[in-house]
Amino acid sequence: MLRLLLACLSLCMVLVFGQPAQAQTLQDVLQNNVEAVAKPSRRTVDDVIAALVASSATGIPDFLEGWREKEIWQRDADGVFFRAVEDGDGLILTDLDTAEVTTVADDDGFTQSKPNAGVRRVISSALVQFLLSDPDITRRQSALDAIGRDPSGDQLAPLRASLEGEPDADILARKQQLERQLTAQFDEDPAARIAAINDLSGDVSVEVRGVISQVLATRQFVAVDVPEGTNLARILEVGEDLSADDAYQQLVEADLAPATVSLDDVVATLTAQISDGQVAGVDVSTLDTDAARIAAYETLVASGDAPAIVLPDERAAALSAHTFYLAYTEDNADITAAAEEAQSAIAGYLGAGQTIDLTMDALSLASIYFLAAIGLAITFGVMGVINMAHGEFIMMGAYTGYVVQQVVPNYTLSIIIALPVAFAVTFAAGVAMERLVIRHLYHRPLETLLATFGIAIVLQQLAKNIFGTQARPLTSPDWLAGAWVVNDVIQISYIRIAIFVLALLFLGLILFILKRTRLGLEVRAVTQNPGMAASMGINPDRINMLTFGLGSGIAGIAGVAIGLYAKVTSEMGADYIVQSFMTVVVGGVGNVWGTLAGASLIGFTQKGIEFFNPSNTLAAQTYMILFVILFIQFRPKGIVALKGRAAGD
Amino acid sequence: MKNTFIARNPSVLWFLAGLAIFTILVTVMSEATGLGLISTSFLKTLGKTLCLCLVAIAMDVVWGYCGILSLGHFAFFGIGGYAIGMWLMYARTEGIVLTSLEANALPPTVTEITDAVGGQIFGVVGSSEFPMIWAFSHSLPLQLLAVVLVPGLLALVFGWLAFRSRVTGVYLSILTQAMTLALSLYFFQNDTGLRGNNGLSGLQNIPGLEDQSQAVVSLWFFWASAIALALGYVLFAYVVSGKFGSVIRAIRDNEARVRFLGYHVEHYKLFVFTLTAMVAGVAGALYYPQAGIINPAEIAPIASIYLAVWVAIGGRGRLYGAVIGAALVSLLSSWFTGGSAPDINLGFYVIKWTDWWLVLLGLSFVLVTLFFPKGIGGIFDALAKKTPPDREGDFGPDKGAWRNEEGEPS
Repeated sequence: MLRLLLACLSLCMVLVFGQPAQAQTLQDVLQNNVEAVAKPSRRTVDDVIAALVASSATGIPDFLEGWREKEIWQRDADGVFFRAVEDGDGLILTDLDTAEVTTVADDDGFTQSKPNAGVRRVISSALVQFLLSDPDITRRQSALDAIGRDPSGDQLAPLRASLEGEPDADILARKQQLERQLTAQFDEDPAARIAAINDLSGDVSVEVRGVISQVLATRQFVAVDVPEGTNLARILEVGEDLSADDAYQQLVEADLAPATVSLDDVVATLTAQISDGQVAGVDVSTLDTDAARIAAYETLVASGDAPAIVLPDERAAALSAHTFYLAYTEDNADITAAAEEAQSAIAGYLGAGQTIDLTMDALSLASIYFLAAIGLAITFGVMGVINMAHGEFIMMGAYTGYVVQQVVPNYTLSIIIALPVAFAVTFAAGVAMERLVIRHLYHRPLETLLATFGIAIVLQQLAKNIFGTQARPLTSPDWLAGAWVVNDVIQISYIRIAIFVLALLFLGLILFILKRTRLGLEVRAVTQNPGMAASMGINPDRINMLTFGLGSGIAGIAGVAIGLYAKVTSEMGADYIVQSFMTVVVGGVGNVWGTLAGASLIGFTQKGIEFFNPSNTLAAQTYMILFVILFIQFRPKGIVALKGRAAGD
Repeated sequence: MKNTFIARNPSVLWFLAGLAIFTILVTVMSEATGLGLISTSFLKTLGKTLCLCLVAIAMDVVWGYCGILSLGHFAFFGIGGYAIGMWLMYARTEGIVLTSLEANALPPTVTEITDAVGGQIFGVVGSSEFPMIWAFSHSLPLQLLAVVLVPGLLALVFGWLAFRSRVTGVYLSILTQAMTLALSLYFFQNDTGLRGNNGLSGLQNIPGLEDQSQAVVSLWFFWASAIALALGYVLFAYVVSGKFGSVIRAIRDNEARVRFLGYHVEHYKLFVFTLTAMVAGVAGALYYPQAGIINPAEIAPIASIYLAVWVAIGGRGRLYGAVIGAALVSLLSSWFTGGSAPDINLGFYVIKWTDWWLVLLGLSFVLVTLFFPKGIGGIFDALAKKTPPDREGDFGPDKGAWRNEEGEPS
């Protein structure tokens, strides 16, 4: 008996240790697993890969790549594997060991190895460890991407091994990052995991948040008492954390309580037992309330024709007799404690990041409103008239930008040309409108509102007739295309930064014109007291015309800016007109700082409301308007009230 | 007889007579009475136009007489339509659901019916629960009450807030426009419970009148609209005549002066604002069963501005002017945009009225505002050789550099 055992043992020794003595080629390894390579399946592929890893033969990454791409063919005659590319009917064969290329005219006599999608995924992840130290930088990069997408424990050792000797600084950093993440999730040594988790705390990237929550993954259990040694996350209160129905359903699934009979079951059972218009001795037509149906069902239960209904107090008793709890899938409590700590630290950073992000969003929204409203504020403040066509001037500016882009193909140049052209076009339109219409209506402000509205419909319809109803793109230059990414939470597109800068520029420009030029002095004089200004030799008509042109021109520039990030349509002006009015009314008429305050208030409030109810921007706008209506109650003249004609009536 | 209401306002009689003749003519020519000169769809258009005339009168009272350019009265109109639409939709869906539930072996319970009706109505917005706002939708009297009360209450609260803080002029217009925008955005939301941008549909099918043909039902609605318009006209003619009318016209012309004379300007304005809002709600409740569908786009701010356009073209400050303006512009608008207006071939360009109608409307509107501030109604003044007193004072020290003696500002 002993002899037999020894013989077996020695045979095994020969089988196991005998072969590595002679250097194995890749082909040899494959031939040892011929069946699994030719007809790969999820069950066998792991063995093949293990054998390949153990063999340390050359050319393994190439082979795995070929296998994944379904480029491995077997010659039926001798069973030798080749990497092969189809060439018409024939094949171009590459020897796996010697890389010798041969061509055959016909693929008869060769069989393709066709791994399915699941197998290919296994191959890909196995490939990663070979590619991590590949001399080709793009291959290393793609291997790292693969780990990032689909991390697993067996990648940890090759990743660590590849850290040393990594020449590229960026890739080394990325490798270290991934090494920390993998360590936190998969390392054997709890102390190493805790250290890695502590290292990760404070990183707000989506990836790290995913790693931490993976460590903290929980499952819901139910038991009479929480078993010893459970890494308990928390106890669930029935009624607060989970509904009584769900909780009872869980008890039923765990075979800890009898199944309930739902109302639908009652109806089904009753319907099945109807005979001669009666069920359980009751007339069917009387069963039009739930109570009557349950009563009839109870009769069926009593006669043994249906399973019993679980009574509410039985249900309550069953629920209170059991404990519902969440347990971590990770057994080591130290690790989960460290992860919890890391998570709360990350949540803190995340909150700060989101606040900053929200502030930047609000700033950019405020600058858009400021740009759209400042022209309106000037005309309204100086002349006391409402220009309902202001939105259409914004649209005109945007279409001007579009037309310029059709003529000048260079996007950067076309934007630089479009800004002054849009100003000129809308300036001219504004002056024309002032001369032709508004001049005649100075003492009838309500009718100015309506007449300018008439002009707005005309302009809108003309734009529709000329440019069609579909949106026209106003393409921004490439250098404005991306976004400024601080981390996964804080990012803001360059276009919005550009609009912010543009708004700042205009704030400065308008302040300069109003405070430092002759025109500005006259404008301020007319705003405060037109009669007195006229007595001093200022021609109010000229000032009115120029201010109206200036306000309209700024609307045109705002149109180019808005068109860059939103689509240019004939209705885009209408979308901004009410917001612009809100801005002017809230801010206080005829004052640049007032408009700035109004735009900031509206921008920040709207973003704030959106933060609390992110899914519903319509609701945010509704509440925003309600807020403005209420705000007017307390400060009817706006944030910065002005004395003079605009404030007079 | 000399000082009765009718004697002082002969135009009321003329209007009522004209309306009666029009109604009788249309009735005789309608399909329901057999002559069939007017198709049912055109009959509906006429009925809808009468409702638009009613809301235009309300707008005229609030703007032409009281000087409040409200850009929210079409929203009240829409709310009236929604209020009646909720009942129409509920009652009709309930009928359909009851028929389909009869197939079940057991008679349906109340909750089953409610659930099925909810599923039918709110399926389009991915819900089957009845929102709070539909609590009274099963009851016609309660929803009819809502037609009047909801716009009235909204106008009351909004008007109270706006008037007490002395928001006037263009500020008030902008504020009412903001209110309208807020309302339409609110109706646009799916979770408001009013089916989001799907709106309410199938309103032309009146529950209980399934066995009547649409021709007959349309005629009934036409009569109802005519009666409502007649009643509304008399009501508003009464409101704007007499002392009350004088006060609200005085508020329009110089609010501060009226206040200093001891009148509670806010109360007068609030009364006019609320009353016109309620009438607008009634007009909407008659309009939308004829239109068959209502959605939030109907109450967008633009609709209220068009209402002001109608009144301005028809002539502010006279009730018949508002009727003429609303009827003329809305009928012309449907004629031009319906594609039945002939194209004009200029040789190098063909003017298609579907594209150019709005341009024409906008331009004529600007021209009317500039040169005929009295609108079409002004023609009647010219015919009657009536020259109103020139109430336009001088420009005042704060209104401009020019005094009246110096002539028109150039």
